[in-house]
Amino acid sequence: MNELVDTIMHLALFLIFGGLAVLAALNLLLQRHPINSALSLVVVMMSLAVLYWSLGAEFLAAAQIIVYSGAVMVLFVFVIMLLNAGEEERTKGSKIASIAGFPGAAAIFCLLSFVFLSEGHKLGLSHLGGSLDEATSNISQISSLLFTDLLLPFEVTSILILVAILGAVVLAKKER
Amino acid sequence: MHLSDFQLFVLITIIKIAVVLVITLTAVAYTVLLERKVIGRIQNRWGPSRVGPFGLLQPLADGIKLFLKEDLMPMSVERPLFVAAPVIALACALVSVAVVPFGATFKIQGVDIFQVSNVNIGLLVILGITSIGVYGIALSGWSSNNKYSLMGSLRASSQVISYELALGLSLVGVVLRAGSLNLRDIVNSQIGHGFLSWNFFGGLQFVGFFIYLMAAYAETNRAPFDLPEAESELVAGYHTEYSSMKFAMFFMAEYANMLTVSCVATLLFFGGASSPFEGWLPAFGPAWLQAILPIFWFVAKVFAFLFLYIWVRATLPRFRYDQLMSFGWKFLLPLAMANILATSLIMALRS
Repeated sequence: MNELVDTIMHLALFLIFGGLAVLAALNLLLQRHPINSALSLVVVMMSLAVLYWSLGAEFLAAAQIIVYSGAVMVLFVFVIMLLNAGEEERTKGSKIASIAGFPGAAAIFCLLSFVFLSEGHKLGLSHLGGSLDEATSNISQISSLLFTDLLLPFEVTSILILVAILGAVVLAKKER
Repeated sequence: MHLSDFQLFVLITIIKIAVVLVITLTAVAYTVLLERKVIGRIQNRWGPSRVGPFGLLQPLADGIKLFLKEDLMPMSVERPLFVAAPVIALACALVSVAVVPFGATFKIQGVDIFQVSNVNIGLLVILGITSIGVYGIALSGWSSNNKYSLMGSLRASSQVISYELALGLSLVGVVLRAGSLNLRDIVNSQIGHGFLSWNFFGGLQFVGFFIYLMAAYAETNRAPFDLPEAESELVAGYHTEYSSMKFAMFFMAEYANMLTVSCVATLLFFGGASSPFEGWLPAFGPAWLQAILPIFWFVAKVFAFLFLYIWVRATLPRFRYDQLMSFGWKFLLPLAMANILATSLIMALRS
């Protein structure tokens, strides 16, 4: 009985927030004011965080909220606010985009769905709901993976980010 | 009528949420009164004393006044965002109370009644919700279409983003000691020897605590870091154009944030709902007293932090903006990192 309720709840969560993510992504494209688009992107990221959480990856969900919606997107909104960007103008768009764009998008959609449907079992399955309770935590698993098997990629990524920061400082520095 | 486990769970949870929400909002209203009273006494005057005995009904009068005021909306505001901003600010301020355990574990029908939800990453949930709350401030300033509002919201959001780092890092020492992000586990890691086992005293986390305290004052935009609302420079900062209930929502959000910050300080550094003498005095009294007493200790500790907030506001002058930024980045952040290093070194040597 309880397991049935659990499954239904998780399915409902998945449907609600999956739908919300798709709707917000469409809104991002259709809105004309950049700040509305940026806020739609925030909604997409937060719905993705809920989806991660409902798959049992609670640390990833929290990191998604804190890093992407809380830090990166705040900077986006900041820049839009400071530039005082106005509404976009609707253009007809180039002809090539409409000729090649729609078939291209359809082809990629077909390709992706073919791959996922035919090779899905190789990706492995994740139990909907994961291990969602207060007792289990996957933080220790993540940290032992990060500091043993994935140590080199982890450190290289952080050095990459450091280089990017240094580059930004050099670009922003005033010539004396 | 017989209820299934699931229905019972939903029912108890809804009651819990309603009770916690009402208590939080009342506490917010009376924190405002406390602040006015205490600052009055510190400045050698009475503070509100006309409405009800000792002015105790003043929050009610304030609430009625704010409800009945005209809700002005300037012509050139960005309408949807102007309305959404105070909602985001207040919602984010209220949601974080949901993961706070405000009593000892006490189960009725298998549901823990002194905590709305026990999440295994409770601490990160609080940090995440705080970081979302920035949008309320940022959007309010921008959508008002007023240069003072924009300046205020830019100051507020840059201040919150800068101090979030020091705030997060100051908590890592506590997390290392508890080995968990679950707030209940963190509280349980501080019991055994009364107040000597609290992280502040026994855990040697007082450096972390003072970093947390200063960063939290900056996070909530309170004195001495209240530059976003500096009256002499910015009229009223990001809520200059707001009136009536929309203004009240920002006001309530500020005080609800103070409350959350005080709760987190209590949970992480001062043993949460545990009494300062537990482990030394035997448990006494009937079961209901043993359930109520931890709540008393929790409220007393949170009250002490709120009082400290008000005391600091009445005592310290406002920082200058460059002082604020260099204090956060050049002093608090390196100190927080040093605290993490020292804590983990000591833990590694002891193990």
